Amino acid sequence: MSYFFALLFIFATLVLVIGLARKIIQYARTPAPLKIATTPAPITRSGVVLRMFREVVFFESLFKGTKWTWLFGWMFHIGLFLVLLRHLRYFVEPSWLPGWIWTLIELIQPVGIYAAFAMVAGLVGLFLRRIFVDRVRYISAPSDYLWLILLGFIGFSGLMMKFVSHTDVVMVKQFFIGLWTLSWGPLPVDFPLIVHLSLVAILMIFFPFSKLLHVPGVFFSPTRNQVDNPREKRHLAPWAKAMEEQN
Amino acid sequence: MAKKKPTFETPELGEYYEVPEVTEGTMAHLSPFVAQPVHNTDLNFPGELVDDWHGKALEKLDDLRTRYRSLQVYLDSCVKCGACTDKCHYYLGTKDPKNMPVGRQDLLRKVYRRYFTFAGMFFPKLVGAADLTRETLDEWYSYYHQCSQCRRCSVFCPYGIDTAEISMAAREILDSIGYGQKYCNEIIAKLNKVGNNLGLPGPALADTLEGLEEDVFDETGVEVKYPLDQKGADILLVTPSADFFAEPHVDGLIGYGKVFHEAGLSWTISSYASEAANFGMFIGSYENMRRVSLRIRKAAMDLGVKRVVFGECGHAWRVAYAFLNTLAGPFDFLDPDYPVPQHIMEFTWDQIEKGNLNFDKSANDEMTLTFHDSCNVARATRMGSKPGGQMEIPRNVIKAVCNNYADMHYDTIGEKTFCCGGGGGLLTDDLMEIRVKGALPRMTALRNVMEEEGVTHIAAICAICKSQFTKVLPYYGMDMDQIVSIHQLVSNAIIMTGQNTDDVETK
Repeated sequence: MSYFFALLFIFATLVLVIGLARKIIQYARTPAPLKIATTPAPITRSGVVLRMFREVVFFESLFKGTKWTWLFGWMFHIGLFLVLLRHLRYFVEPSWLPGWIWTLIELIQPVGIYAAFAMVAGLVGLFLRRIFVDRVRYISAPSDYLWLILLGFIGFSGLMMKFVSHTDVVMVKQFFIGLWTLSWGPLPVDFPLIVHLSLVAILMIFFPFSKLLHVPGVFFSPTRNQVDNPREKRHLAPWAKAMEEQN
Repeated sequence: MAKKKPTFETPELGEYYEVPEVTEGTMAHLSPFVAQPVHNTDLNFPGELVDDWHGKALEKLDDLRTRYRSLQVYLDSCVKCGACTDKCHYYLGTKDPKNMPVGRQDLLRKVYRRYFTFAGMFFPKLVGAADLTRETLDEWYSYYHQCSQCRRCSVFCPYGIDTAEISMAAREILDSIGYGQKYCNEIIAKLNKVGNNLGLPGPALADTLEGLEEDVFDETGVEVKYPLDQKGADILLVTPSADFFAEPHVDGLIGYGKVFHEAGLSWTISSYASEAANFGMFIGSYENMRRVSLRIRKAAMDLGVKRVVFGECGHAWRVAYAFLNTLAGPFDFLDPDYPVPQHIMEFTWDQIEKGNLNFDKSANDEMTLTFHDSCNVARATRMGSKPGGQMEIPRNVIKAVCNNYADMHYDTIGEKTFCCGGGGGLLTDDLMEIRVKGALPRMTALRNVMEEEGVTHIAAICAICKSQFTKVLPYYGMDMDQIVSIHQLVSNAIIMTGQNTDDVETK
């Protein structure tokens, strides 16, 4: 079984990394021919960095939009982020990272547990909103519900391992650390762990083909990442330049 | 034109605009008139719907997503969070879910997913992907012409998805297969031929401007010039052609002339580039937008002016402020001490700050004003050197010339302003139903500030807003004269050097 999961995770990682890299390259290569920042917008590069920071860390625009969605969405994302940080110790050895990062990861360990509850609660909130708000129900495709269910079960199975039937995390860690050198050890045979790992692999594999592309997408959004300086600096896309040279 | 009785019901004004329950298909019947073949071909589009529209439409979509990062990123990134669903004035006014920003985007997104994504190709049902059919095409035509490209949705989207970008792309796809809209394409063709959207030829413009000179002289005793095609003038004024034509627009033009006169600068209008509006943006066509913009460059060069100033116009200011340098720049032949182009509001406010203008604010005392932030000015441009100047400077000018001013509810102004309901190529009688219904949130906010603050008039700096309000105010039981130009207020209050003020005093 550990053989199967080893192959599955190698495959999932490759799909995730290559798939995301392809999309990021596509976004980066596609020109934005016009200045379309949603104004009022920053007039300097550092201002844009700050705007993007507020957008990515605090979900500034969503906060302006809908408080409930912001609350559930932010709970889920910040929870997921802390949980992921907590999980880092399963994939990397302390010696691979600079000391201060490792200290940070250690500090996060206790917080990560509560973050898991925030994450699951946020997902439940988002799911209920999707069902009960008629406008959101109207725009939802089956995949929109399935992502929430998938993420919910990942969180739930993770909490099961922590609070109900403990998994041998040392074994799990040896398995994943071993994956880096293709010399993995056995995985513990626990039902919650198998569910947890399978769902995570599914998430990784489908990530680059789904709406989860909002993760790289937000950084490439011209309405958010452009400097508002069209009068001061001429902005010209390569294809527009070519058009200009023709006539 | 004979006034036809409306075949739809005007929504009732509530205490506050409410988010309605989803009611499918309420606006499915409404589509604008289709363009004549001759107007399409003038714009380098096929005259009529091509036989292979299916293949050609997909080809165009594929082409656009490699040329516009916004389109590619926005088609991929939407998570259906719903934050935009209650933000569009057309949804609030019609209850039609395809008028929710995400509902409108999904009309194109479902086709993108079906033909260009792995998930949509193999699991269309799962991800809401769908085939491109003739019905889809008609639905695009209908609903992408119920969007005023006002960008209100983009303020609230966590990824900044701007439905205007999607609407523009969809309209360009439709144009590229010969399924263009009459209103926009006819007007662009007219501009290419005559120089302005209204099709006013040079002699008619000269006549109008001469008439204005006489009127202003009769009223004030000051010889204010309204020059046309005057070589060597300091400033080229580019203003919406409505300013030459109708109330309250023309009162604004009178105001610009008085301000230039008092500033002691020579200025001129160009008959060749006698239009600020650029409908090329509405149809999402870079090529057409550029063609229109190049007229302004040519006029500025031919007339040898030092500066270019734009009159009161919303989408026009977006193209001018954000795109002109890209489309028709660089403007290194103009005076580098001034921004290119400059907004008339920036110009006037600068003169006020320098103390060059004298006002008798009491001339506007019979009015209490509020200000309608035009959507594209508020969310796609700037005035002055600081972000947000586009909201501040017009208010500063109003307050400099009027004693009575009150803002509408803060959720309906500034970056959250509601569109007038007539922008983005919708200002045509065949779309009257969506125009009236889409004005609901703005009308609600206006009526509230009238009741609570005693507001009597609403000022705007956009030709479309002014025309739209003139039309829709009566539908909501208000008066069409309540809409005014800011420079009309300036014109009322300004006391020019040597102006005869006796008759003002006696009143």
